[in-house]
Amino acid sequence: MLRLEARPQPSRTMVLATPVLAVVLTLIAGVIMFAILGADPLEALYAFFIAPIDNLYGLGELGVKATPLVLCAVGLSIGFRANVWNIGAEGQLVMGAIFGGWIGLFHNGGGGIWVLPLMFIASAIGGAFWGAIPAFLKTRFNANEILTSLMLTYVAQLFLNYLVRGPWRNPQGFNFPQSKSFDDFAAIAPMFDGTRLGFGFIVALVAAFAGWLLMSRSFLGFQIKVAGLAPAAAGYAGFSAKRLTWAAMLISGGLAGMAGLNEVAGPIGQVVAVVSPGYGFTAIIVAFLGRLHPIGIIIAALLIALSYIGGDAAQMSMNLPVAVSSVFQGMLLFFLLGCEVLIRYRIRPRLRAATG
Amino acid sequence: MHHDTVTAILLSTVLASTPMLFAALGELVTEKSGVLNLGVEGMMLIGAVIGFVVTAATGSAILGVILAAVAGALASGIFGVLTLLLLANQVACGLALTIFGIGLSALIGKPFIGKPLSALPQLHISGLSDIPVIGPLIFGQDALVYISILMAIAVHLFLNRTRQGLIVRAVGESHDAAHALGYPVVGIRFLAVMFGGAMSGIGGSYLSLAYTPLWSEGMTAGRGWIALACVTFSTWRSARVVLGAYLFGFFTIAQLHAQALNVPIPPEFLSMAPYLATVLVLVIISRDATRIRMHAPASLGRVFHGG
Repeated sequence: MLRLEARPQPSRTMVLATPVLAVVLTLIAGVIMFAILGADPLEALYAFFIAPIDNLYGLGELGVKATPLVLCAVGLSIGFRANVWNIGAEGQLVMGAIFGGWIGLFHNGGGGIWVLPLMFIASAIGGAFWGAIPAFLKTRFNANEILTSLMLTYVAQLFLNYLVRGPWRNPQGFNFPQSKSFDDFAAIAPMFDGTRLGFGFIVALVAAFAGWLLMSRSFLGFQIKVAGLAPAAAGYAGFSAKRLTWAAMLISGGLAGMAGLNEVAGPIGQVVAVVSPGYGFTAIIVAFLGRLHPIGIIIAALLIALSYIGGDAAQMSMNLPVAVSSVFQGMLLFFLLGCEVLIRYRIRPRLRAATG
Repeated sequence: MHHDTVTAILLSTVLASTPMLFAALGELVTEKSGVLNLGVEGMMLIGAVIGFVVTAATGSAILGVILAAVAGALASGIFGVLTLLLLANQVACGLALTIFGIGLSALIGKPFIGKPLSALPQLHISGLSDIPVIGPLIFGQDALVYISILMAIAVHLFLNRTRQGLIVRAVGESHDAAHALGYPVVGIRFLAVMFGGAMSGIGGSYLSLAYTPLWSEGMTAGRGWIALACVTFSTWRSARVVLGAYLFGFFTIAQLHAQALNVPIPPEFLSMAPYLATVLVLVIISRDATRIRMHAPASLGRVFHGG
């Protein structure tokens, strides 16, 4: 039998090695899954992970999908470090798309270069507003933020459905549930010809850098880390748990809101009923896979983005169900969380207890 | 209102509440043992798809429900291995289980989207079932509705009237004390987690076999999370779990009937009702922090390492 022996201190090697180990285990499990689905595993892995990015357009798509994941995950990681479990980033993303999209539609046919910056600000406000509700309910009424933030995701999605089927529906849109297209002032243009990658990617990288500054160079970041690792110590030091909850929810909500705007003003180009294939939820995986660290989050987001475009590509080239992507993502998180035990524990053979 | 409408609302409330009741009862036992499994939504989806696929393939709904329970238990087993044996964070693992369940159920159910299935047969006792309103309500349900009520009673008796139930609660209150007394903490928790998974699986299969007899991706639509809210709402007491599940079921149905009656509110806003009601109820229940702390299992969510 094996047993777990606590390490005197967490292993730094394992902190870096476990994500790699988890990816390898996921790929092995993926081979088995493809075999069960009746596809040639190697061909499927190639179609899934290599073929989609062997061209400029594909590389651009990697950045397109990674952008909302980085924005959401950077915010979530700050909360998770403080033990604030915002899992409603998807709803905050939708609210950001609504607030920012509203500014864009309002200035349709007019406006100037200031429209897009204003849309970004509005989207951050929208997302932060949607994050503020669980923060208020948590700090004022002690209501669990996991459940309230998640319930509000459904509410935000229904509100978006109402808007695109009702007041915002394009009258010339053949009754499709979608708004008019944004005009040039309100749309994010691609940075390179032949791709769809807009400057939102730069915004995401800046957000990751700002997240790193906050966590490693500011007093608020220090408070967050202490509150997460030793809540009692944080209380004793006089750090306000309520203030940290507010900070975490507002930051993660605002960033998720900007991710939503980047979708509607960027790749989509109008407000539609489905603005995200679940980026807000997948960002939870990204945050953990990236070890709640901004650099790790960027790498993890690129990897998960690959699983998204790989799923689309494998669906077209090999007729594999697109849900394979989320199975991959779920397995990756399982393996990662399972491997984390190696950071704090050593696996040792269980010795027969000697007498005495 | 005509009594047919009342009957219809009450009947569909039972239909809408039963999936949440199964899942919430399972999660109650899991949480009583000190484990917080946030994967209910994922396990319900796996149960829903397995129940549907097996029933469609074999024609036996009984087999469908049984295998849905097995699938739910197996899915929760993954969670159990990670959190109980590998000491991983319960919140993160529960979220992982939900994400995994959404993907896996979509993968399995892909060929079955849009295929119809006949709903579970309903009891009919001539004479009794024909009594207005209460007849169909009490004597005209399908078997799983009766089983869900029996399970509620069984869970209540198990937790409060049996030695084994006392041990489960002891493990949930203080795993160190239970360990010191020689109880196998990890084994007991593992069984409680698997029970929770099986019940979520049955609850999910009720959705795809009785509530809307068809499979569609993500068909639980947050019911797993509402089941979790039911447990908090109940302050970990089994009788109140029933009340909570039926309350949320009623909100779901009331808004559907309001949509059918053409009330001058957009349907999207009416559909928000169950989710907003959940938030509201959580706020009301949680407001008194001391009461939550007194009733919640003291070791809930804490990692146990027995050495």
